[in-house]
Amino acid sequence: MISRREFLQASVAASAIVGASGVGNWARLAAQQALTQDQLLQFDGFGNFTLIHVTDIHAQLKPIWFREPEWNIGVGEVKGKPPHVVGSDFLKMFDIAPGSPEAYALTYEDFAALGRTYGRMGGMDRVATIVKSIRAERPNSLLLDGGDTWHGSMTSFLTKGQDMVNVMNKLGVDAMTSHWEWTFGTERVLEIVENLPFPFLGANIFDSEWDEPAFEPYQIFDQNGLRVAVIGQAFPYMPIANPGWMFPEYSFGIREERMQEVVDEVRAEGVDLVVCLSHNGFDVDRKMASRVTGIDVILTGHTHDALPEPVLVGETILIASGSHGKFVSRVDLDVRDGRMMGFRHKLIPVFADVIAPDAEMASLIEAERAPYKDQLEEVIGTTESLLYRRGNFQGTWDDLICQAIIEERDVQIAMSPGVRWGASMLPGDAITREDIHNVCTMTYGACYRTEMTGEFIHTILEDVADNIFNPDPYYQQGGDMVRIGGLAFSCDVSKPIGERITDMSLVATGETLDPAKTYTVGGWASVNEGTEGPQIWEVIESHIRKIGTVKLEPNTSVTVTGI
Amino acid sequence: MKLNRREAIALGLGGIAMAALPMPASAATVEELIGEFTGGAAVGTGGITITAPEIAENGNTVPIGVDAPGAVSVMLLANGNPTPPVCTFNFGPAAGSQVASTRIRLAKTQDVIAVAKMADGSFVQASANVKVTIGGCGG
Repeated sequence: MISRREFLQASVAASAIVGASGVGNWARLAAQQALTQDQLLQFDGFGNFTLIHVTDIHAQLKPIWFREPEWNIGVGEVKGKPPHVVGSDFLKMFDIAPGSPEAYALTYEDFAALGRTYGRMGGMDRVATIVKSIRAERPNSLLLDGGDTWHGSMTSFLTKGQDMVNVMNKLGVDAMTSHWEWTFGTERVLEIVENLPFPFLGANIFDSEWDEPAFEPYQIFDQNGLRVAVIGQAFPYMPIANPGWMFPEYSFGIREERMQEVVDEVRAEGVDLVVCLSHNGFDVDRKMASRVTGIDVILTGHTHDALPEPVLVGETILIASGSHGKFVSRVDLDVRDGRMMGFRHKLIPVFADVIAPDAEMASLIEAERAPYKDQLEEVIGTTESLLYRRGNFQGTWDDLICQAIIEERDVQIAMSPGVRWGASMLPGDAITREDIHNVCTMTYGACYRTEMTGEFIHTILEDVADNIFNPDPYYQQGGDMVRIGGLAFSCDVSKPIGERITDMSLVATGETLDPAKTYTVGGWASVNEGTEGPQIWEVIESHIRKIGTVKLEPNTSVTVTGI
Repeated sequence: MKLNRREAIALGLGGIAMAALPMPASAATVEELIGEFTGGAAVGTGGITITAPEIAENGNTVPIGVDAPGAVSVMLLANGNPTPPVCTFNFGPAAGSQVASTRIRLAKTQDVIAVAKMADGSFVQASANVKVTIGGCGG
């Protein structure tokens, strides 16, 4: 029997490039000339079938900046294991040179300088070029979309996801699963799904009244005689992390036993390969892979991790393809005698200045944007600071958003949800209305103003921290810590719920938070129906207009221990 | 406007729903209830499966399933509720399978425990931790 490990031949596409050190001396043009589309796409075809994976695009049609996390703490058994490795540790683990294109694409250090050297990443017209190129070479291939596709930009908000649906249809997706899609509400989801030319899969989406499967769990694709089952797994914590009242007809959950049942069912059908297209989040998938038998490949999503190599769990390989259109994964597989005999993988970084845009897709994107162009591109202010969100704690975008809430809503404490989406901005960039939407657009964006006791604020922080740092991955919802303005605290990630958050004090006065006392609090993205307030993007826009130029001081209000 | 805790929750990040009710004076502990059910016999593991969500979507109605092949009776308990007993399912000799499901209300994060009495008079037990949460902010 051939060991799968012998077939592990993974690499980042750009790894052939040498001499990329001393990035500061590189002119951007020189850097772009050194990188070529052919190099990025270079792949020695392997086996008889190819998976192309995109996920968590968050409606980013155009190239963006996206700074990878500085904090991605793993707890329990996954401590120090990918994807819980960042910065220079990540570079060492995957043998990547500091300052190289891969370092820029996959880590956070020197982000602004490297960003200027290597340019923006993503863009669905560039993704289209990559997909077309792979398909031309590999007739036996499937393009699978892990979800979080229809939400995340101003145009997707204004068109209720239609711009992304049109683009993904044009791209020729073969199947998808879902998460933020549901925040457009049941009616809109069903309207789109009815007209989708490919299946919208979710083995774990159940009718909440009858507790019975409500969507197609899988699709079996016949690829010139090779039968490939693709099982969909939607985001398990849909009605908890997002407003359940928008899709009350459905229940989700990990439903591990259901996954096993569906795998057994397709195996009994005699398929040659079982692929799980998942929006569980990486750690949840890693645990699921160790407990459910018979899955060959899990295409992971939700937690926005980009890994240059697959992670092996028993007989299953886990692929992590990043977010925001920054990467496309290509996985070539050798499938014979009803089983996967080997694989070769490449995480293709979508360098927007290197990959030529596909002309047809570029014109479709322009057509989708045209009706809104003036609104999208109106300049609201500029930033002197690097603005980013992603990371377990804080982030400069949310420092700015919390400041906006404190000023505009006249509150002592501001809360901004720890979502993992939202493009970055480089110092010197003009901030347009579209840029603001990129970090806060949503169908439940009302910025509330309320009062909470110190005790209740503590309860919220403990609850959210447990969603990230619970040592059992099945209790992790896959977001980051709620971001706080006006309040300092310490978090010991190694403690159990109720004991992680201490030393809470008001930043303005240094006064210790009194559990019994009431404080004014503003925030957004409440999952409760009927939340009132101006939309968060209006609050941020108003604040940026007043200050003109964003210049943030380093935020030292959160102390993290127990790592 | 001063909000009480319940209203503040509604405006906050989510819905941990209920306040704890005062414990009735007569409430028996889970250990006592199991002891009563088994008559003090030893309780083993295996041969019984609980199906429950890891995190409740709605703490007011949490779907719980139990599968205990060969059981004649299965007692369900929620150890963090003010009154832990949920129900007891009895299976007659004609039952095709010993599977049951119901929905229960959980006051907070806790273990749901199922104890089965088998046809030979032996007992087995399983439990599942169900988290009741405010809700977070998924990525």
